[in-house]
Amino acid sequence: MRTAFLPVIILSVITLSAFSQKRMLPLVNVKTTDGKTIKTEKFRNNGKLVFLCFWATWCGPCKKELNALSEVYDDWIKETGVKIIAVSIDDSRSSSKVPSIVSGNGWEFEIYLDENSDLKRAMNVNMPPHAFILNDKGEILWEHVGFKEGDEDQYLQAIKRFSSAGR
Amino acid sequence: MGTLKRLLSSLLFFYPLVCLSQTITPGEIHSDIQVDAQYYRDDSAIGATSVPENILMNSYLNLLYSRGPFSGGLRYEAYLNSIQGYDTRYSGKSGIPYRFISFAKDELSVTAGNFYEQFGSGMILRSYEDKGLGLDNSFDGVRLQYRYNGLQIKTLAGKQRFFFSLGPGIVRGIDTEVSINEFIPILRDSSRIRLILGGSFVSKYQTGTEVVYLGYNLAVPRNVGAWSARGAASIGKLNLSGEYCYKINDPGDFNRYIYKPGTGLLLTANYSGKGFGIFFGAKRIDNMSYKSDRTALGTDLNINYLPALTKQHTYSLLAYYPYATQPNGEIGFQSEINYKFPKGTLLGGRYGTHITVNCPSFNGLDTARYPASDDTLNRLGYSSEFFGAGKLFFNDFNVEVNKKISSKLKLNFVYAYIIYNKDVVQNLSGYGTVYAHTGMIEGIYRLTSSHSLRLELEHLYTLQDDGSWAHFLAEWGAGEHFYIYAMDQYNYGNKKPEKRDHYFSCGITYIKSSTRISMAYGRQRQGYYCAGGVCRYIPASNGITLTVISSF
Repeated sequence: MRTAFLPVIILSVITLSAFSQKRMLPLVNVKTTDGKTIKTEKFRNNGKLVFLCFWATWCGPCKKELNALSEVYDDWIKETGVKIIAVSIDDSRSSSKVPSIVSGNGWEFEIYLDENSDLKRAMNVNMPPHAFILNDKGEILWEHVGFKEGDEDQYLQAIKRFSSAGR
Repeated sequence: MGTLKRLLSSLLFFYPLVCLSQTITPGEIHSDIQVDAQYYRDDSAIGATSVPENILMNSYLNLLYSRGPFSGGLRYEAYLNSIQGYDTRYSGKSGIPYRFISFAKDELSVTAGNFYEQFGSGMILRSYEDKGLGLDNSFDGVRLQYRYNGLQIKTLAGKQRFFFSLGPGIVRGIDTEVSINEFIPILRDSSRIRLILGGSFVSKYQTGTEVVYLGYNLAVPRNVGAWSARGAASIGKLNLSGEYCYKINDPGDFNRYIYKPGTGLLLTANYSGKGFGIFFGAKRIDNMSYKSDRTALGTDLNINYLPALTKQHTYSLLAYYPYATQPNGEIGFQSEINYKFPKGTLLGGRYGTHITVNCPSFNGLDTARYPASDDTLNRLGYSSEFFGAGKLFFNDFNVEVNKKISSKLKLNFVYAYIIYNKDVVQNLSGYGTVYAHTGMIEGIYRLTSSHSLRLELEHLYTLQDDGSWAHFLAEWGAGEHFYIYAMDQYNYGNKKPEKRDHYFSCGITYIKSSTRISMAYGRQRQGYYCAGGVCRYIPASNGITLTVISSF
């Protein structure tokens, strides 16, 4: 058994290492806050970048991240035209509170619900906050886990870098 | 050798697909890993014990492949041996309990192998995974999904994961959801009004028509059906949703073999305007535990999910008394107001001030046992008033204020008054009800563009249970990639002087891109890790923990 096992592993590693295609945003259904089901192919921004972040109402660093992004969002739009999409992974315990929390915090991002973590799993997200930058083809250009004060400056640098590179 | 066979067969399962992709266009392969390891030391003062292995470790590796309409994946898990607080039925085991292949084109999607699914709010069917809880009730079977305009149909059949094997029952289900807007011309283009209706039917099958319980021979159904109906309406800024579910008689160990049908009701209302949002939710659960094995207990082989509908606190002492859903019966509500005082007002100041007031309350049902002399009624267990409330299980009144003081300083305050029926929620006896006042102050100061300091002070005051606690945490965000923290929790109010212990710990975390590596040293108090109203007991420990999370 072990002699058969090793060649398969080696073949698989060689095969997989040949992959060079860019990682794409997976096609998964998510819901709008009013219950409509949409596919993630709608995560586009007229040729400009999308900043996609996973969050939850029970995740302290996530809410700090969204508050920090809310403060700089107008400037980001002026400078780069980026669109922020925030995907909540709250399950039915707290997903119905999401519209109230979003409005109460004054967050003006596009908000979607991933109630059973289908998109989270498909994007290999372990724990929120986890952020991605996507281009208009849905290619994932960059990602980052966690959040602390000041990380939003790093995010803007990355957005500017990819914007200027025409990615 | 069994594990090796399963790994080999899984790789052979995907290899033709991978090779095929190479001859045409390459597909994509992605992975994520998580390793949780802990070195344990003896610490008799807090009841922590070392382990013969010295180090215990849980590891997970997910592999996902996709190319065009095809996708596939597997997860390798190893519990060598499982870290303390995890179900010991994982311990010493490794293998691939999760693998799937899927085809999705146009409106049709087919999945064979393992999958996660949720019908409506999950009250009659939800399979999901939570590593923190050690919970995974994925289905192993086949699922079909079809979407056409505003219509969505999902059907499935499968057995549920039970550690590294499958449960004995077979679960079949169908769910339909209709977006009414797509079928009524005047609503089709309306962004103001949205109506959605849905319904589900689930049936479980388990062999056997008779069981012996407490010396009685009882007839049990092989097939147990459950249905639910739901609706959601959005009218401008107002969102309303509701779901009602019903389960036929389902005698099992989890309800002491009573034949009473189960019911569940979940209602939510939400109104959101600029700078404020109001939420109200209500829930009633009566004998709604639904498992694919009539002898299963606890969180084993749950087919459904009953959301807790209470706030999940994020700070340590605020989360000291977490509520867990009582599937055999509870009734309650939750209300929440979010408001942001605008910039330039007296309470808003220069940057605005955000306030949240949250109040959930849950009671048992108002029940009456049937007389033992009437054998037919007695087998139904009890009667319950639909709107009646029994003894209090949980009440939480909490206020949170988030205030930005300057471009460098942010402050957060939380106060919570929690009433917690420990005997009911933690299924214990002799502890009674705990009344706890908890306050928290957090300050975050930005030192430079990449350095910040976070201080957290918490205090829990109670005369019951383990008495009062104090908590201090200091965290330094050191540059782009590092966090360093030190914290202490002091149970200074414990009625037993010898139990007035400090729980000191410190740690460092490195983050880069999608990789996070954390190491911590110190004591960890016993408590419950909870998510979604499901809880896992974690014993006290002393030692070193290492967590590695990464994806690519």
